[in-house]
Amino acid sequence: MNLKKIKEKAIYVFFFLTGILAVIILLGIFLMLLINGLQAFKDVKLLDFFFGTVWNPSAYGESSYGILSMVVSTFMVTLGAMMIAVPLGIGTAAYIAEIANQRVGDVLRSIIGILAGIPSVVIGFIGIVLVGPFIAKVFNLSSGLNALNGSILLAVMSLPTIISISEGAIRKIPKDFKIASYALGANRWTTLIRVTIPAAFSGIIVSIMLGIGRAIGETMTVLMATGNAPAMPHSFFDSVSTMTATIAIEMGEVPYGTTHYYALFAVGAVLFIVSLGVNLIAELVTAKYQGRRT
Amino acid sequence: MKFNRIKEIIGFGLLILSAVLVVLILGIIIFDIAIKGFGAISWGFLIDFPKEGMTKGGIFPAIMGTIFVTLITTLFSIPLGVSAAIYLSEYAIEGRLTRIVRAAIRNLAGIPSIIYGLFGVAIFVQGLNFGTSVLSSGLTLGLLTLPWIIATSEEALKTVPQSYRVGALALGATKWQAIRSNVLPYAFPGILTSSILGLSRAAGETAPILFTGVAFFIPGLPGSVFDQFMALPYHIYILSTQHHAIDQVRPLAYGTTLVLIAIVFLLNLAAIIVRYRFKKKYYI
Repeated sequence: MNLKKIKEKAIYVFFFLTGILAVIILLGIFLMLLINGLQAFKDVKLLDFFFGTVWNPSAYGESSYGILSMVVSTFMVTLGAMMIAVPLGIGTAAYIAEIANQRVGDVLRSIIGILAGIPSVVIGFIGIVLVGPFIAKVFNLSSGLNALNGSILLAVMSLPTIISISEGAIRKIPKDFKIASYALGANRWTTLIRVTIPAAFSGIIVSIMLGIGRAIGETMTVLMATGNAPAMPHSFFDSVSTMTATIAIEMGEVPYGTTHYYALFAVGAVLFIVSLGVNLIAELVTAKYQGRRT
Repeated sequence: MKFNRIKEIIGFGLLILSAVLVVLILGIIIFDIAIKGFGAISWGFLIDFPKEGMTKGGIFPAIMGTIFVTLITTLFSIPLGVSAAIYLSEYAIEGRLTRIVRAAIRNLAGIPSIIYGLFGVAIFVQGLNFGTSVLSSGLTLGLLTLPWIIATSEEALKTVPQSYRVGALALGATKWQAIRSNVLPYAFPGILTSSILGLSRAAGETAPILFTGVAFFIPGLPGSVFDQFMALPYHIYILSTQHHAIDQVRPLAYGTTLVLIAIVFLLNLAAIIVRYRFKKKYYI
């Protein structure tokens, strides 16, 4: 009997340890980025790092490590993506939740599931072979590998997230809300715009935040489709290099333990904090929403 | 009144249009790759090594490399992920610690894949001295897949009716016996389905393996877990951006993309079949 108890206890300890593993990994990632990233600041001034616009680690003589251009590039490409994905995503979500019948809704949901499953390298490939030439032709440019291309691809990548979470939020709105609205003489469109969507607003915000998180962290699509010019972008037709793409290009070639190596971890740390911040906003909105409901 | 009706028609029209657009996006992607990729695929393409600077030959080592690395990911992330899910669903008491664990899982799921790549370099390649290898890449992908496996397995465990647990406990079973004999079998199809889906995503990932073990070209298959490997997603990246004759190898890039998509779809199909078959068996 006692042996049995010890065995049960051991099993519990095992599951507990695997249970808290997620916390350990998250802390581990954070510490790893911090420790490696901070090493870069032995050689690079903090202000130069955050506000310098020139990233040129291999410059002859004086190398520079300013990340402002790539931070701006990341946000610009993400902003462009959201300008496409938010209206398209919420529109589709509203269609599935409010208009489509059961059958069409199921088909659309599985189509969105398939879209979510397409690897990012494939979307990047589509950016090179289809979207790039298309942009070049329409806008009469020599190359279609630019910020606009990246935005279009990131929109495609974040659409499944935005659609499925928004759709869930819209569908969760109690029928009473709508019935009350109809009783007041509103038609279905007015009810959707004035009642249902505002009621589902926090869920929609969460979906957008997670979509933004997805877009900011995407690597392969932007790496393949934006042209990777490490300079401050002036328009969506400029070639840009995002934080993720810079790490992806340079990490493979940089010698271990150099300032350049550590600087890339510092860029990773910035990226980590940005995406954590975006997630945190989503969490806070969710918490507030749940608090109000119960 | 009439004005409102017109607004409704236009508004609903726009919603339908956005849904059609989303379907069209997927349609264009699949159609383009299927049409242009199909021509490149032959038996030889699947079982040959690349030849003449990757301008001819097949993608056999890339297919094997992807299978190999996904296997290590499986061995690492599924036992750990399912155990963590068992803890959260069966043992954990809802409190501060559990809330922190759940928040950590959600945040891990939101971390960019390239950060996992950096972590893999610092921990597996340098720290544990596994070098750039199948093992380092497999473990890195395992970490990336872990939050997904935990979250979806917990969902599966939560669908098991409470009476299954108390029934076993009432018969004198210990907690673990109850979990093993009454909870896990019932949750198994759900866990299997979500595991397959998680692995299909890992198989298509590129960023985490970029600097942890994947290679441009290696003349043979990896002989051990400490060797470098070729992988389908990286092969697509190389053929479409880094190759010296990009236009010449475009058909090969299409072919490789079609093979990768086919693998991802087959895994998804397997997940659907598992769910369907077990549903019938258990009358869920």
